[in-house]
Amino acid sequence: MYPRAFHYHRASSLKEAANILAQLGEDAKFLAGGQSLIPLMKLRFANPRHLVDLNFIKGISYIKEDKSLLRIGALTRHAEIEHSATVGKIPILHDCAAGIADVQVRNRGTIGGSLAEADPSGDWATVLLALDASVRCAGRKAERTVPLTKFILDAYTTALAKDELVGEIVVKFRAKNSGGAYLAFKRSAPVYPTASAAVQLTLDGDTCADVSIVLGCVGLSPIKATGAEAALRGKKVNSKSIAEAADAARSAADPQPDMRGSAEYKRTLVGALVRQAIDIATRRARGERVEISHIYA
Amino acid sequence: MPKKFSKRKPAKAAKSKNAIRRGIAARLSEVAQPAVENVTIRLTVNGKAHELSVEPRLLLVELLRERLDLTGTHVGCDTSYCGACTVLFNGASVKSCTVFAVQADGSEILTVEGLAKNGELHAIQKAFGESFGLQCGYCTPGLMLSTHQLLAQNSKPGEKEIRKAIAGNTCRCTGYQNIFKAIRLAAQNAKGA
Repeated sequence: MYPRAFHYHRASSLKEAANILAQLGEDAKFLAGGQSLIPLMKLRFANPRHLVDLNFIKGISYIKEDKSLLRIGALTRHAEIEHSATVGKIPILHDCAAGIADVQVRNRGTIGGSLAEADPSGDWATVLLALDASVRCAGRKAERTVPLTKFILDAYTTALAKDELVGEIVVKFRAKNSGGAYLAFKRSAPVYPTASAAVQLTLDGDTCADVSIVLGCVGLSPIKATGAEAALRGKKVNSKSIAEAADAARSAADPQPDMRGSAEYKRTLVGALVRQAIDIATRRARGERVEISHIYA
Repeated sequence: MPKKFSKRKPAKAAKSKNAIRRGIAARLSEVAQPAVENVTIRLTVNGKAHELSVEPRLLLVELLRERLDLTGTHVGCDTSYCGACTVLFNGASVKSCTVFAVQADGSEILTVEGLAKNGELHAIQKAFGESFGLQCGYCTPGLMLSTHQLLAQNSKPGEKEIRKAIAGNTCRCTGYQNIFKAIRLAAQNAKGA
């Protein structure tokens, strides 16, 4: 299958990429890992007349520890994040990176591309929302930092201007008594998940001092399950409070029925994922090492 | 009556023909491909350097198969699912149906044809043969390159790691058991080598 013919441009810096796109206008797109864009172009669902390749820009693929902040360059591949010891300090990021699609896709796909695509079934936005991450956006003239809550606006819609692109993702390192977990259920490795849940919580003894719960693939964009958070915050983490949080998460979900399952199936699934993710996040907050991955047959 | 018709009919037909022509012209301009400039790329495939002029939309897998005659890399699903087109791109496995050839400029590519050295099969190829890790063989080049990627990162992979490593490769014949056997054997033999 061939995409429609397009003109190829190669940028050598983020600024240059923004400039090229601004000149080319509506019919131009950035090419990062291409793991969503190229299949869409081959199926002719996307028919850009110009592609601006970001893969030859030096210095935008990195994982840096900067005091209390973790900085990830936009072109960092999922596989690099998966194998990074620095990222391992925030286990929920490893859960996500190591489970996206399969080895081949993780070797190409980038965190910046995934966020800019804002696919409702993507993994990164769900996890990064639970971590209150922010996105450094690069434009023709200036840069600006946007919290993720204001970055993902809707399905396939972000706060990026036409001539802006993701430059860097910034996440705060967590205290020792904080733990997180991301669980996604999918039908097979290469496909998007059917439902997913990201939980990051901070313990004070047995009590949940603070918690963030975000649901993925069960709405047009990731859903912050505030009701589920309220069911846990300030309370002891036990089977009762976990069950209440899972119930609240089920109500917060707004899934579309599709070939992956009915709305009711997805609602039940996301509740079960939240329950398991809270359990794992709590164990990790207590210092236990728990290995998890996306769940698939 | 027939005379009347013969006078009116051609006029009407001419009009509608023009309309059809206009419709076709409009449709053609809609689907017409813009004239695009080729891009010159240099890359190394299985240790051999190449310089080629390619259309930007040429996929890496088509460059390998159609331009370089390396037909060992297969096209299965052509939608980034099955992994039959897996090759190593600067040492990292990728689905070559989901990479444009222009992106491979300056890179080193390894395909199944590059595994054997001096007429002798690679340890991974021998292991797939000895373990009957294939039936029709269509997915095998991709699976062997995924195995290559796995063993480069982890010389003693466990069962879970092996499964995860080939999760992006679909085989419709074997049920995978002999493929797992082949990968375990390849890991053992690589250690001995």
